[in-house]
Amino acid sequence: MSELQPFIDHSVSVITADGRFIVGTLKGFDQTTNIILEKCHERVFSQTGTEVVPLGLYLIQGDNICIIGELDDIRDANLDLANLCADPIQAVKHSH
Amino acid sequence: MVRSLHFPSKTPSVSRFLFYSFFKTLVGQQVTVELKNDLAITGVLISVDQFLNIKLDEIKVVDEARYPHMIPVKNCFIRGSVVRYVQLPAQAVDTALLQDAARREAQQPTTAQQGNVRVK
Repeated sequence: MSELQPFIDHSVSVITADGRFIVGTLKGFDQTTNIILEKCHERVFSQTGTEVVPLGLYLIQGDNICIIGELDDIRDANLDLANLCADPIQAVKHSH
Repeated sequence: MVRSLHFPSKTPSVSRFLFYSFFKTLVGQQVTVELKNDLAITGVLISVDQFLNIKLDEIKVVDEARYPHMIPVKNCFIRGSVVRYVQLPAQAVDTALLQDAARREAQQPTTAQQGNVRVK
């Protein structure tokens, strides 16, 4: 599995199983989708705007990962996060 | 000696292998993936792997007004374990062929079990 190889050293946004939204630079991954994120921050979405919480270096366990998206840095820089109002993403509901 | 049957040596678990092959035939098609967190993402299927992890390009979240979170993301990797449904274009699927293949696999219970067995 090298599907994540093109994302290495790129900014990625990760949505976790508990609904958190973490943005950072992908430095490593393995076959079970454990990933290493450098210089990451969390975006806490709410209806009163989005808060950015610095986190640092993170290793996220694969089972806890939902989506890894490649960020378009230009489009991301143009986002007005403080005024971006949205509900938080829901946690994953497993049916089993 | 513990010999664990590891993909791609033979069949991992029957249905997964069958659907892995099936999804590979859909590469390039526009699909909608609904996740277990109720997010639904439409995009072009780029690739799929043995775990049914999915890569999509030119993605668009179905309810973008409610979920603006993914606006700066153009392509993404979706972990197979969080996929609830994949909506496929009907014309891209030969259901008769898929049914036949599923039946053929089901008729071979021994290969079906082998995939998950650890032989000591």
